[in-house]
Amino acid sequence: MNYLIGAFKPACNISITFADGKNRKQISIEPVLGKKVEHNGVKIELLGQIEMYFDRGNFYDFTSLVRELDVPGEIYERKTYPFEFSTVEMPYETYNGVNVRLRYVLKVTVSRGYGGSVVEYQDFVVRNYTPPPSINNSIKMEVGIEDCLHIEFEYNKSKYHLKDVIIGKIYFLLVRIKIKNMDLEIRRRESTGSGANTHVETETLAKFELMDGAPVRGESIPIRLFLSPYELTPTHRNINNKFSVKYYLNLVLVDEEDRRYFKQQEITIYRLQENS
Amino acid sequence: MMVDGVEDEEKWLAAGIAGLQQNAFYMHRALDSNNLRDALKYSAQMLSELRTSKLSPQKYYQLYMRAFDELRKLEMFFKEETRRGCSIIDLYELVQHAGNILPRLYLLCTVGSVYIKSKEAPAKDVLKDLVEMCRGIQHPVRGLFLRSYLSQISRDKLPDIGSEYEGDADTVNDAMEFVLQNFTEMNKLWVRMQHQGPAREKDKREKERSELRDLVGKNLHVLSQIEGVDLDMYKETVLPRVLEQVVNCKDEIAQCYLMDCIIQVFPDEYHLQTLEILLGAFPQLQPSVDIKTVLSRLMERLSNYAASSTEVLPEFLQVEAFSKLNNAIGKVIEAQADMPILGAVTLYSSLLTFTLHVHPDRLDYADQVLGACVKKLSGEGKLEDNRATKQIVALLSAPLDKYNDIVTVLKLSNYPSVMEYVDSETNKVMAMVIIQSIMKNNTQISTADKVGALFELIKGLIRDLDGAAHDQVDEDDFKEEQNSVARLIQMLQNDDTEEMFKIICTVRKHILTGGPKRLPFTVPPLVFSSLKLVRQLQGPEENPFGEEGSTTPKKVFQLLNQTIETLYGVPAPELALRLYLQCAEAANDSDLEPVAYEFFTQAYILYEEEISDSRAQVTAIHLIIGTLQRMHVFGVENRDTLTHKATGYSAKLLKKPDQCRAVYACSHLFWVDDQDNMKDGERVLLCLKRALRIANAAQQMSNATRGSTGSVTLFVEILNKYLYFFEKGNTQINAAAIQSLIELITAEMQSESNSPDPAADAFFASTLRYIQFQKQKGGAVGEKYEPIKV
Repeated sequence: MNYLIGAFKPACNISITFADGKNRKQISIEPVLGKKVEHNGVKIELLGQIEMYFDRGNFYDFTSLVRELDVPGEIYERKTYPFEFSTVEMPYETYNGVNVRLRYVLKVTVSRGYGGSVVEYQDFVVRNYTPPPSINNSIKMEVGIEDCLHIEFEYNKSKYHLKDVIIGKIYFLLVRIKIKNMDLEIRRRESTGSGANTHVETETLAKFELMDGAPVRGESIPIRLFLSPYELTPTHRNINNKFSVKYYLNLVLVDEEDRRYFKQQEITIYRLQENS
Repeated sequence: MMVDGVEDEEKWLAAGIAGLQQNAFYMHRALDSNNLRDALKYSAQMLSELRTSKLSPQKYYQLYMRAFDELRKLEMFFKEETRRGCSIIDLYELVQHAGNILPRLYLLCTVGSVYIKSKEAPAKDVLKDLVEMCRGIQHPVRGLFLRSYLSQISRDKLPDIGSEYEGDADTVNDAMEFVLQNFTEMNKLWVRMQHQGPAREKDKREKERSELRDLVGKNLHVLSQIEGVDLDMYKETVLPRVLEQVVNCKDEIAQCYLMDCIIQVFPDEYHLQTLEILLGAFPQLQPSVDIKTVLSRLMERLSNYAASSTEVLPEFLQVEAFSKLNNAIGKVIEAQADMPILGAVTLYSSLLTFTLHVHPDRLDYADQVLGACVKKLSGEGKLEDNRATKQIVALLSAPLDKYNDIVTVLKLSNYPSVMEYVDSETNKVMAMVIIQSIMKNNTQISTADKVGALFELIKGLIRDLDGAAHDQVDEDDFKEEQNSVARLIQMLQNDDTEEMFKIICTVRKHILTGGPKRLPFTVPPLVFSSLKLVRQLQGPEENPFGEEGSTTPKKVFQLLNQTIETLYGVPAPELALRLYLQCAEAANDSDLEPVAYEFFTQAYILYEEEISDSRAQVTAIHLIIGTLQRMHVFGVENRDTLTHKATGYSAKLLKKPDQCRAVYACSHLFWVDDQDNMKDGERVLLCLKRALRIANAAQQMSNATRGSTGSVTLFVEILNKYLYFFEKGNTQINAAAIQSLIELITAEMQSESNSPDPAADAFFASTLRYIQFQKQKGGAVGEKYEPIKV
């Protein structure tokens, strides 16, 4: 270990810029004024990583590509290297969860024999668009507690895009309890790991009041919930065998004694090409 | 507990207002700096105060009104936002991001208002969306206020005919649908209140509900204001839909209020044209609904409508309003078997008022109503309910007020039957009403039949009705009533003497049943009425050779005699005596000597046998003397007998001064100015001398008992009589006699035992002055007085 690392400024500044919207990018390396940088080579890596927080910060690269940019030598002044990773497969979207993070990163390494290598990271976000599903059935269900509460609810779709709006209604078939209010919750269920090591984390992202007061038999209550204000991600199913993110609509009825009656339904969230 | 509740409520209200104001303050700041995000955030927080469940409707209303004012400002802001380029559609979405439903919907309605105004979407679509989304509030009070807000902001934006929001896609139908839907939902919420919460707070809840009712009713008002809702639409859609809701809600308070609302807010001609539909709903209402009040109001409105203009009357006939109402009332009464009699009577009363206004010419309708009422009453027996009785009075007064003519009313055959069912107290009240009506309108009741019917109607005043308690009758009231009857008797008049006689007989028959308490009131007017008839019979047109059996004064007098006799049993001898004397005088005018004599005889008998009080006797004797003096019909013999008796009675009065005065009054009986055959100077002098003797005796008696002589008044009075006859030329009265009388009085006054009496002194002095005056006059009079020295 070199104890001097950190005591000095790095020998050079590295900046990574994306030249255009495609894969052609460039990096430039600029030595500290008036000094030269000796190195054993410069390389750039594109990494796709899944990081599990509970697993001591270990991460798994599911994608790893390297480009050698320079042979060992010296840099006297600002030097720019173009680079390109073409036809890279980025099957997963960037995701920042409670226990897991999926990130894409560009890593530039200036290798030096002594004094430590200079490393620079640049994260970038990946979004994958999905075409509208060809089959998108409504969710319709009758639930209840015998002789106590019977309701029928309907959500217009089972798959929603991120800026979608949930339309639906709740129809009260039988009401024998004193209901105080009714909410619709959007819940995210993130499960990480597998087998005995599975960690499940559930968050309520939205709590949207649908009804205030006690309805009587025959009432039908409209639902209109815009998804855009909430920070949702697409549904992720079994990403690289490491984690899943699922979304649920939870219909909650609360009675006057604050007892909760609820029914949870999974919905699929997808990202729709915005100008499509 | 209660007090605490109120105090707590005040506290909660104060807290709510404070919270609302604080957020309103931040909202204003955001509005001023055009910060849409913050404006939405703070307005939603502000509106969250309306989520409270702790306030009574009244208090909640205060909070609501404050929020309402703030929302106006927000609406202005939204309008400006759209002018600055913010899309109204985006705004409409943006406000729906609020997590709490109540603030969300208030904001949605507010933006919706701007949305409609922008005309970027058809008004009907926005309205439909708003009214649907409001379903989310199922809490009655909060829901009612929210929907009331919706109704408020949408009122001027309905796609009505002629409205700027009317278009190809937006028709008045949409406006109507919107209001109807909001009305239906509001009514459901309102009715639901009744069934929520503990049973013991039922009264409180009903009070709260009644505080909220106008929120619901306002929708009907809005409906009535929509220009495009014409009669057809009202008939085909609006009314059936509203009634459906009213009937189906099965709630007493709502049905009662809303039916009334319908009646009050929609125009009269609509009601008239949809009478069948409207009335059809009544039997379907809950049995506890106060149908009578509602239905009465309807009839009242229609009555006023009919009264407003004669042009509308044909409409009433065309739709057969009467028979429809009559049927409906029949059905309602039938359907609600346990409706209190008050209800039925009120209904009939209203129906009667209605038919009187609408069909004044159809007495048979009025009679039909009364008949139905009798039928209903017959199952009940006498009425005990005070209010029902009042309604009966109203029912019975209605035709009187309308026709102002009891004669018309008497044609209603069921009218007396209704009277049968009221207690005697009410019967009296009603009788008074009838009499007052006759008085006011100066109604001529000119046949015996009608008079008979009338007296049958007012029998409560004429006689004691079975078992009525007399002891509670107020003396003054009783007098008032009987005086009215007396006035009524005076009102009866017919120029045809035959008929008039019949009328008198009829009245007599009725009043004789009145008992001793009433006769003193009722007999005199009858007597005078009869005497009027007598005078009429003497009129120039009277044919003295009338056919057999026709009315003659004699017959009338005979009847009078019998009538006055009834006063014996009262007893009221003084009154009878006066009446006899009146009759005697009338007989005198009719030249019926035997009749006059008979009356005098009756008067004398009464005087001798019945009048025992000395004061009454004095009065009576003076009346007798006065009447007798005027009689000229008597022959010498009869007159002597009567005069003799009168003089005799005078001398037998209890007190000397009374005797004295009566006796000198008798002197006039022998001296009738315009009849030469009745000037008996000698007997005049005899009377006066006798009076002097009595005055003397009185003086002595007074001296003996009290040690001083009484006043000289009596002497001065006699002196005046002397002077009277002296002037009238009674030769028996000469100056010497007067002279000696003056001296006598002067001596008396100077006597030591005389107790001074200034009044008598003055009287005497004036008398002397008169003599002096006459002397100075000169001429024949002066000459006559000349010998008298004073």
